[in-house]
Amino acid sequence: MSGQAFLDRLKQQFGDEITGANLEAIDPWIEVSPSGLVEVCLYLRDQADLKFEMLNCISAVDYFEPDPKKAAKATFAPHLEVVYHLWSFKGKVSLVLKVMLPRWQDDVPGQIPEVPSVSQIWPTADWHEREVYDLSGVRFVGHPGLRRILCPEDWVGHPLRKDYDMPLEYHGIRGR
Amino acid sequence: MAVSHLEDQRIVEFDVRTDEMLVNMGPQHPSTHGVLRLVLRTDGEIVSEVTPHIGYLHRCAEKIGENLTPRQWIPYTDRMDYLAAMNMNLGWALTVEKLMKLELPDKARHLRVIITELNRIASHLVGMGAYGLDLGTFSPFLYAFRERERILDLFEEVCGARLTYSYLTVGGATHDLPTGWLRKCDEFLTQLLPVIDECHALLTTNAIFVRRTANIGVLSPEMAIAYGCTGPVIRGSGVDHDLRRDGEERYTEMYDGYAFEVIVQKGGHYPKDHDYPAVPSEAVLGDCWHRFYVRMLEVIQSVDLVRQAMDRYSTATGAFGVPVKLTEKLPKGEAYLETEAPRGQMGFYIVSDGTSIPWRVRARSSSFCNLSVTHELCRGCLIADVPAIVGSLDVVMGEIDR
Repeated sequence: MSGQAFLDRLKQQFGDEITGANLEAIDPWIEVSPSGLVEVCLYLRDQADLKFEMLNCISAVDYFEPDPKKAAKATFAPHLEVVYHLWSFKGKVSLVLKVMLPRWQDDVPGQIPEVPSVSQIWPTADWHEREVYDLSGVRFVGHPGLRRILCPEDWVGHPLRKDYDMPLEYHGIRGR
Repeated sequence: MAVSHLEDQRIVEFDVRTDEMLVNMGPQHPSTHGVLRLVLRTDGEIVSEVTPHIGYLHRCAEKIGENLTPRQWIPYTDRMDYLAAMNMNLGWALTVEKLMKLELPDKARHLRVIITELNRIASHLVGMGAYGLDLGTFSPFLYAFRERERILDLFEEVCGARLTYSYLTVGGATHDLPTGWLRKCDEFLTQLLPVIDECHALLTTNAIFVRRTANIGVLSPEMAIAYGCTGPVIRGSGVDHDLRRDGEERYTEMYDGYAFEVIVQKGGHYPKDHDYPAVPSEAVLGDCWHRFYVRMLEVIQSVDLVRQAMDRYSTATGAFGVPVKLTEKLPKGEAYLETEAPRGQMGFYIVSDGTSIPWRVRARSSSFCNLSVTHELCRGCLIADVPAIVGSLDVVMGEIDR
């Protein structure tokens, strides 16, 4: 199935939940709204001719330039992307889904954005989502146990955010 | 006369009564493969729940990657899966080449096959030896390490390092193979095969080994897929999937024209089954024994692949790579690529904003996903089975770390 035909089919199925796409990119991607993510994922996994049964990777990319001089020249508006890389054993093809999120929920600094969890669809998402939550600060609604996975539980902040500041000390250990 | 300790029924009952107990395994227990900590909830000898904790090695590799150029980050990929550093180099190099749309000459391609398949042998030898050690046998460990040292000697001659090579890099390799190296490599492969047979005699067909691993930690193919398990773990469960054949074109074209069959059970037997020990009747598809067996057969397969690659390399034209500057500017965009590392699929994701330093670097490792299935495999097993199960997944903690 070509990229455009596939996109049209998803658009017909889900309408406004498919909010964008880039078919010219090296890895063509499709953008899904957070509210439609779970439905789209279930559809991709269960349709007999698609069968995207394997979730390879969930990554979050923080588009934000903390340096005001560079920020003036930045080509993007500040936002956060969650990227899902899927794989189909049947068609031996991969698919990239993207969800765009604001950097902070309701523009309140410190309040991390929310996206529905897909760990009910692919159990492997459990750890991947914990990692994204830990390092990039995205809350996965419906996750069975959203705890930090690499940092200690009482760690403050999300280290892969571009405006993250290394803490000066942690339990008496000097940082920086 | 006082009643002895054993005769008093109440005391005996009190002594053998079991209760739920939390047991910490690791981070120092030798069978837990590095800094892995497992919290077991046990009732007597039976394990009811296993919770892995993995954050003890947090080295901020991804964050460092966002402050270095791709070629500068190559040494950090070495330290991810330190038992198969060449394969890690290759994964990252291919991802960056995909972003830069770089095409490599044929000679570089065959050189990469030789090096990565040799490293796969070395890695599986450690996996095999350490697994024997987990289950209480020592000699196969020594034999495996002796052979691995020979591979490291070969690598040392190629790039001067024995563990962290940084040899395969963006645009090919840092330099060509030294003269006379192919002959030494061929000699090594010839003497390796009898050793593998010896290991089969010591482990694969050993009655104790079979009892410890057969029908333990059975992973169904559906669960393996759902948990994103890859490599020998998923092939041990009978899923016919190997990125060297099924993966992205940029990776599979490395193996264009090579004759090899994916090691997976088809119709009740494995390819080359007639040459190697038969599957014991106790073993169930997807158990620890099968995962081990797939690794053993992959060693033989890699020997074959290295031989084929050496033939092609010695007649190939072109250079061993194309020059790429250390601070070469990256095109704007993003690329994701997965390669078949010894432990499974190693994926790298790079996002670039057009400068020479990537905006975002992401590593998706096989051990991370393979380990996440532990709590399903260990439910209801004995404490002694926990090392057997974790060992059969063959995790490397450096790879789980970010």
